[in-house]
Amino acid sequence: MNAMPPLKQRKLSLKERYSHLTRGLGWETTYQPMDKVFPYVSYEGIKIHDWEAWEDPFRLTMDAYWKYQAEKERKLYAVIESFAQNNGHLNITDARYVNALKLFLTGVSPLEYSAHRGYAHVGRHFVGAGPRIACQMQAIDELRHAQTQMHTMSHYNKFFDGLHDARHMHDRVWYLSVPKSFFEDACSAGPFEFLTSISFSFEYVLTNLLFVPFMSGAAYNGDMATVTFGFSAQSDEARHMTLGLEIIKFMLEQDEGNVPIVQRWIDKWFWRGYRLLGLVSMMMDYMLPKRIMSWAEAWEMYFEQAGDALFEDLSRYGIRKPKYHEVASKEKHRLSHEVWSIFYNYTHAAAFHTWLPTEDEMKWLSAKYPDTFDKYYRPRFKCWSEMAAEGKRFYNPTLPQLCTTCQIPMGFTEPDDPTTICFRSAEYKGERYHFCSDGCKDIFCYEPEKYVQSWLPVHQIYMGNCGGAEVKDVLDWYHLNFGVDNFDYEGSPDQKLWDEWQAQKAANPV
Amino acid sequence: MTIDIRTATIQPRRQTYANVARRIGADKPASRYEESMFDMQATGEFHYRPTWAPEYELFDARRTVIVLDDWHVLRDPRQFYYGTYTITRSRMMEASEKAFAYAERRGSLSAVSDQWTELARHYLLPLRHYEWGANMNNCNITDIGFGSAITQAAMFATMDRLGIAQIVSRIGLLMDGGTGTSLTAAKQDWLEHPSWQGLRRAMEDLFVEPDWFQVFVAQNFALDGILYPLVYRAFDDEGQKQGGGAISPLTEFMLDWFDETSRWVDAVMAAAAKESEANALHLSDWAASWTARARQALEPLATEVLHDREGEVLDGIVDDLAARCRKIGLRA
Repeated sequence: MNAMPPLKQRKLSLKERYSHLTRGLGWETTYQPMDKVFPYVSYEGIKIHDWEAWEDPFRLTMDAYWKYQAEKERKLYAVIESFAQNNGHLNITDARYVNALKLFLTGVSPLEYSAHRGYAHVGRHFVGAGPRIACQMQAIDELRHAQTQMHTMSHYNKFFDGLHDARHMHDRVWYLSVPKSFFEDACSAGPFEFLTSISFSFEYVLTNLLFVPFMSGAAYNGDMATVTFGFSAQSDEARHMTLGLEIIKFMLEQDEGNVPIVQRWIDKWFWRGYRLLGLVSMMMDYMLPKRIMSWAEAWEMYFEQAGDALFEDLSRYGIRKPKYHEVASKEKHRLSHEVWSIFYNYTHAAAFHTWLPTEDEMKWLSAKYPDTFDKYYRPRFKCWSEMAAEGKRFYNPTLPQLCTTCQIPMGFTEPDDPTTICFRSAEYKGERYHFCSDGCKDIFCYEPEKYVQSWLPVHQIYMGNCGGAEVKDVLDWYHLNFGVDNFDYEGSPDQKLWDEWQAQKAANPV
Repeated sequence: MTIDIRTATIQPRRQTYANVARRIGADKPASRYEESMFDMQATGEFHYRPTWAPEYELFDARRTVIVLDDWHVLRDPRQFYYGTYTITRSRMMEASEKAFAYAERRGSLSAVSDQWTELARHYLLPLRHYEWGANMNNCNITDIGFGSAITQAAMFATMDRLGIAQIVSRIGLLMDGGTGTSLTAAKQDWLEHPSWQGLRRAMEDLFVEPDWFQVFVAQNFALDGILYPLVYRAFDDEGQKQGGGAISPLTEFMLDWFDETSRWVDAVMAAAAKESEANALHLSDWAASWTARARQALEPLATEVLHDREGEVLDGIVDDLAARCRKIGLRA
């Protein structure tokens, strides 16, 4: 027999070759029925008629993946090592900056890990081998991000408080239930909703408002280790974003009946994501010693303008802008101030430090928020600062009511009135549930059986599930070191050491 | 002579993360593996039951009959975290790329006898589907396995199997002059040829096996434990004798990978077996039944390639696997 191919066979194009190396690997099972092998692709109501119509958002075989990623890892770890060797933490703008890292490591890094597992779930369960491979690559990328973040922050943990037990805190600490419940909401959904929530709403629509502010904040504040991580992850993120757009288009093109389902998910995950970003808004406006831009500017640039273009593009499928986007725009001039105030209230129970903005910082805030800051928030900060000066620093001693959906304390105000707290509620099976907004209420009302399961930190404390009845018992249970990790930056061990290092540096000016 | 660069020393306040210190017994410098592996997965305070498996928590230890007090005993002796994993694989791949470049440049596969080429197409190329199945099985372990120790290593194994499926496919593309005809034919073999049906059936049964630890043993210990030595050693040795030596450098990756990965597989099973008699019993049962099934599934292929030596070779491989079992505390 002749091993050479017959002459009329032509060589494969790159696309066909890639197809053989990926989706060509899959097969229709016959010893076990397909719907038993892939049991989760239909219960959400999404109809896929032809998995072959999936367009690979990027073409990457494993040989190339290993090669590129290994190169990036070599470079990243060289920087991490040199950062540690040269005490790179001394070059940041101010130790207050590290509190943004604490928020990141306890609030965001565990999400990277959850994303890793969530994509592994879809990477196993989608029927099409093409999208499965794209998800698997994201699954291992997300593991990368979780792990490299642990390594990048490892040096900071040696010198600063509040970074010592991120996973433990993520699962237990009251405000960290906001990101935790967000991601568990996504991971507990079906595979199509998961991709809509994380790949599309989170990675594609909102990443410039989450990941980028932290990394830009690092760049602006002399944190070479974290910004190097950011650059290193950038090409991964670009891949993840293309997957987000592709999955949406794929669902919308496969069946008209998918459109309303996808629209509802876009509405839900926009609002869910936006509420989560409240934490980022305060980081941008209050926690960065050197600021990148204001939250309002970021919202305008990355959501209002970029979102307009995106949803314009999707309108041909019958998709409109997410519900309540106009509420988010109304809130942009107050969001960060309201959130920072909540943390100032509860600084004794937080694993990072708070402070009142300096006069210079308030000038910046006035300039960025001309219609709201001087009117509503400056007087509040002035009052708190006077109280502190008299030795009566204001702490809120009672536990806050939480929104059942987003789990943020009910401190947000009415869309059209920044002086009135917004309360919404709904009844389900004889119980009353409370919400911070119409957006959160809608989400609950569509799937009450899901949200009644919420592990609400305040309720759990009252039920006695969090270490005890006293604040200190609860903080112990959080693994939060009382008097060290919590309270104001002013007077913290972080501050004391930072000042010592600065003095040392001044004494040895080289 | 030593040189002494003076730097300002600043005493660190702690050496490692608190969760790592608890696990290694003291606040002392920890490895990168330890800092990025321990406790990454949530184990409690879950908010919502997964809509796709509402009888379980999002991560739930009850998804296997294996019971461990501490799931972090399932450590990876290679200490792979993402960085060391990708760097290791990219090095291995560099060697493979050289072999592929050489084969392409010199057209060395055309030196392989027609008869052996035909046989190699039949015994080797359908394995790309086996590898894809192994990818699914390890992806499933990553999904529903418990604890970051086992699941992260399973993630690496998931991508390994895709990578190996692609190496096998590239061998096909070299053989068919880049037309893909060999791959289409291999798929046909996988789907229809009687010699492959035992293996395909075993894979499809594993796709629906709910106990992920059983999938681990079946796939990574038993099936691989017979298939790899059989195909990449015994069949390859036979090929050397029959003028098929030019194929060997292209499957070097798989041999190195198997030796390395077996260390992980054995360590995981040993740690689980050590914990209790009940665990050891489950693992022993799984290892025994899946080894028998793997052998049976691969017998027809072994006969096609090795003819009358088939029984002797498979006996040897099964004996080796039994020795591995005993070494890790299983009965065999």
